[in-house]
Amino acid sequence: MTLHARLVVARPAFTLDLTLEVAPGEVVALLGPNGAGKTTALRALAGLTRLSDGQIVLRGRPLHTLPAEERPIGMVFQDYLLFPHLTALDNVAFGPRCHGVPKAEARRTAAALLERVGLADRAAAKPRQLSGGQAQRVALARALAIQPDLLLLDEPLAALDAHTRLEIRSQLRRHLADFDGATVLVTHDPLDAMVLADRLVVIENGAIVQQGSPAEVARRPRTDYVARLVGLNLYRGVADGARVKVGELLLHTYEHLDGPAFVAFPPSAVALYRTRPDGSPRNLWQARIEGIERHGDNVRVHLDGPVTAFADITPAAVADLDLTLGQQIWASAKATETHAYPA
Amino acid sequence: MNSSVPEQVDLSSSPRGPGSRPAAGREVSGRLPWMLVVPAVVGLVFLVLPLAGLLIRAPWPTLLQRLAEPQVLEALRLSLVCATIATAVCLLLGVPLAWLLARVSFPGRRLVRALVTVPLVLPPVVGGVALLLVLGRRGLVGQWLEATFGITLPFTTAGVIIAEAFVAMPFLVISVEGALRGADRRFEEAAATLGASRWTVFRRVTLPMVMPGVVAGAVLCWARALGEFGATITFAGNFPGTTRTMPLAVYLALETEPEAAIVLSLVLLAVSVIILTSLRDRWVSAP
Repeated sequence: MTLHARLVVARPAFTLDLTLEVAPGEVVALLGPNGAGKTTALRALAGLTRLSDGQIVLRGRPLHTLPAEERPIGMVFQDYLLFPHLTALDNVAFGPRCHGVPKAEARRTAAALLERVGLADRAAAKPRQLSGGQAQRVALARALAIQPDLLLLDEPLAALDAHTRLEIRSQLRRHLADFDGATVLVTHDPLDAMVLADRLVVIENGAIVQQGSPAEVARRPRTDYVARLVGLNLYRGVADGARVKVGELLLHTYEHLDGPAFVAFPPSAVALYRTRPDGSPRNLWQARIEGIERHGDNVRVHLDGPVTAFADITPAAVADLDLTLGQQIWASAKATETHAYPA
Repeated sequence: MNSSVPEQVDLSSSPRGPGSRPAAGREVSGRLPWMLVVPAVVGLVFLVLPLAGLLIRAPWPTLLQRLAEPQVLEALRLSLVCATIATAVCLLLGVPLAWLLARVSFPGRRLVRALVTVPLVLPPVVGGVALLLVLGRRGLVGQWLEATFGITLPFTTAGVIIAEAFVAMPFLVISVEGALRGADRRFEEAAATLGASRWTVFRRVTLPMVMPGVVAGAVLCWARALGEFGATITFAGNFPGTTRTMPLAVYLALETEPEAAIVLSLVLLAVSVIILTSLRDRWVSAP
């Protein structure tokens, strides 16, 4: 492990307390809602926010006693914070210059880095002449110029429009793959996290609530926040074989388990009926329609009842069923798509 | 903003009638409130009329000849040199002081900030007296300066510079401190993550970013120093060639030769207006 950190930042109404380990070359995404403490954690690593307790050890060297300027850490800020009075080249050369590299050599390093991020022709431009995507790449080059052992990225794509974002995301992924130090990035966008990171660390209210590979987190969410992010209905119940009791509802699941368990199924696995369906579909309950909204090509129906759930159905089905707000209907979730895992 | 008054009037009497739409980007605001417009115009007249008086009463036919008189040129040169050196001194001391007030929290900071602005409200003559008491030949520091280095400040050109710097420094400090407080400190944090020490951050990031505020403050400071009278005459006296700056020359000429006083005043006015307008457009009102 290259980075071992326990970060404790106590504020009057909020305490951040989390342990973070990142291997060389690994990209870890801190994912969480606004105000969860993601940026505070990043600032604490960089030395911009003082730790109340804990330690930061990078490649065997304690960093938490050092001021920000002495930590071998590069940071890309959310709105990049490129120095407005310096050219792109001088922005990138700034770090090496501060580390005592002669001017000409610092500029050569900077030019090479700008070349690497595909901006060799924008070297003489001032930050206000750069597009959002270009500024993002200059900020990345600037952070990499000091050859950091740890790279921090605060919402690296949040300030970009949708189209640029797609392009910059795949470029960023490539640059992060080339970087052999540890990377910690902060985002509230699950897609950014899934694409860029090797491991997700989900933070809520200053504490880690779940961590694992993107696939694992996406398949087995452990909090409502994560379930919403990855688009699953999630409940906590008690398993008994292939059935999980959630409140008063008994859900049949694909897995066999015993004891406290989570149950998750996608909104697309839910079917709706005006009247109680014939035959015996399992996982059937009576629900009330709380909301109807467009969701991609489908329609997302918010259901209240013994469990709250989302159901995704086609616009044609909405018309056939003649759904209205407040209406009582029957809902069922396919048992083959209902997954249980230990809580 | 300047053009809105005549256009507003034009709009209400426009042949297009009340149904026509107002120009895009301007809301329909109705009549200008006379409660604001009348005092505003009176205030403007009050400020401009004395200057107009100077221009009207100026002895235009003999102007050039009077300007070429050696005492005039001497006073002008002395004024410009002293005000410029005083501004340089203020920059050297005032910018770090502003940085300290804006960036370092220490006990008694509010008191220090109040003390810095004291010369603004102090009558300049009182400032001059205070300087004499401290830096005069028998003053607390002056005594020591004379005994140790053989330096006397009162009634010298250096004394003029000190008096001007004392009176003008608050303008610079207030302006720079405001600029520092308004600057986005996250740029300084970004610089720190790149390995910049606090001195480097100040030199390469903070100072360039607050440069408009520094220049604005320096211009105000210079203008104040150029017009300084009370503290100068009290602390540095009124000796032609060494301490008689333009304002002092104006005052002196007024008793013997009023027309010369007008000429000197015009020169002072012209210099101030030229410097202020040329710098103001570039720096002070920059977005």
